[in-house]
Amino acid sequence: MNQVSKLYSKRNKIRMLSKEEVKHIAVLARIGLSDAEVEKYQKDLSGALTWFEKLSVVDTDQVSVMGNITGRSDVARSDVAEQAALAAREGIVADFPEQKDGFLKVKSVF
Amino acid sequence: MIRELHEQLKAGSVTAVELAERYFSVIDAKEPEIQAFLSLRREAALREAAAVDKKIMSGEPIDLLAGIPGAIKDNICMAGERATAGSKILDNYIAPYDATVMRALRAVDAVVVGKTNMDEFAMGSSTETSAYQKTKNPVDPERVPGGSSGGSAAAVAADMAVWSLGSDTGGSIRQPASFCGLVGLKPTYGRVSRSGLLAMASSLDQIGPFARTVEDAAIVLSRISGFDRLDATTADLPAKRFEDYLDQDMRGKKVGIPKEYFSDALDSRVRAVAEAAIERFKTLGVEIQEISLPHAEYALPVYYILMPSEVSSNLARFDGIKYGLRINDEKDRIEGANRLLETYLDSRAYGFGAEVKKRIMLGTYTLSAGYYDAYYKKAEKVRQLIRQDFEQAYAEVDFIFSPTAPEAAFKFGAKSDDPLQMYLSDIYTVTANLAGVPALSFPIGTIEEDGKDLPIGGQLQARWFDEEGMLALAHQYERAK
Repeated sequence: MNQVSKLYSKRNKIRMLSKEEVKHIAVLARIGLSDAEVEKYQKDLSGALTWFEKLSVVDTDQVSVMGNITGRSDVARSDVAEQAALAAREGIVADFPEQKDGFLKVKSVF
Repeated sequence: MIRELHEQLKAGSVTAVELAERYFSVIDAKEPEIQAFLSLRREAALREAAAVDKKIMSGEPIDLLAGIPGAIKDNICMAGERATAGSKILDNYIAPYDATVMRALRAVDAVVVGKTNMDEFAMGSSTETSAYQKTKNPVDPERVPGGSSGGSAAAVAADMAVWSLGSDTGGSIRQPASFCGLVGLKPTYGRVSRSGLLAMASSLDQIGPFARTVEDAAIVLSRISGFDRLDATTADLPAKRFEDYLDQDMRGKKVGIPKEYFSDALDSRVRAVAEAAIERFKTLGVEIQEISLPHAEYALPVYYILMPSEVSSNLARFDGIKYGLRINDEKDRIEGANRLLETYLDSRAYGFGAEVKKRIMLGTYTLSAGYYDAYYKKAEKVRQLIRQDFEQAYAEVDFIFSPTAPEAAFKFGAKSDDPLQMYLSDIYTVTANLAGVPALSFPIGTIEEDGKDLPIGGQLQARWFDEEGMLALAHQYERAK
């Protein structure tokens, strides 16, 4: 038996996400989905979430959540504005998807 | 190999321009089949090479890496060059600045021939999720080069570059190195700056080198390492030329063999190659000791919770507003939604591929209200236990050895339909990213399939920031051949 089928056989019963749940996640994630994609991700995401339940058997009551893996913390530098290089500035502006009359164009928010 | 070429450059038996031209002629011959590159920079590379020749002519000292042709994964920013990360959403994106590693490489006059193909946003183990092309494994073009840094591996394996840079979040340097018969190194988390690397999972990502030999990997690593004020997670350690410490005495050092990595799930042919490698380690005077990493079996689910969580956050920036693809198909996806939301939904629907969308949504779910504790926080805690496994192991041994991947390079499409099967490619590699330790893949043998000798990589892991010892031991192993 290979490792994958072991993982499958160990897993608990699949809790299928509903279509509505998938659509809700997609909007939170700002991804437009077709109806076919909603069905595909319903299966894919439910499969992954069921696989994650493997962790429920690990006793973590006494474990504290860690920060940086190598132990660095509270790294700070002085709050001083720096001038970007002109070439970088021009590059950033050139990468902007839409421009009009020297202005960067975005969609209206309201 | 780099040292030899460097001596030839200094002696004048070859010029840097001739060397670059030689590599471009290999690219002309092989690239149509291999498809390792997303962009080539022939003119710029020849200009860089000419500048090196000028220095040599005027008697200026040059660095070991000066004039040596290399390739850069397409998720690393190089000012003025495209940086697509293998995604359509960045198809038209030109990096406005250099990543810190690129600045370091330019400072030593390295020559860059091009940017390499990769799984979209580094999400994959075969380079098949690239939105652009399928890179072939130079050992057997019917097989994948591994991933996600498959283009960087194939470029070196096909002699289209002497060295290359990749990025490794769960094995994306080591597994392709194993599949293509190369040396590939993931540094300790914090050894190399991530500034200018298009982020996938920030607590796991590291940039590292591919090369033909351990010494070459050491040379490249030495030049890209170091503290960087643009990456607050980099460690402030004294600079070291790792290539100068490869011959130190390693006798009496202890190499741990995790019994969990040699379970029944391991391909028996890969096991035989790994066991032969253990015998060779013994001839170097190192001691072999069985160890246990009891939480290793949880590494994959932990990784596949934490990584998508970080992905969903990091990739939120690709929204069609500031750069990259902006799509507005004028159809309403959601009744009553404003144009801004529709632009987000459309740009990301058209710009991202299926695997990227899946991971973003998975991460959105695991971080959402009501599920954060059950998934993300739980996984962070198990990650802590995995780190403790390594602390305990390194109290007993100096290094940990295993195969890099449970298999040799597989054929195109072999795993595309089964995501869990694809994820399993990372089973031996993800733990190093979760624990933050350095890890190196190097060739330890081959297995025969369809009349081809497919490379198998061995993985050597070391204590946090002991790249020096890890490289020295792997170098001596390589020399013992």
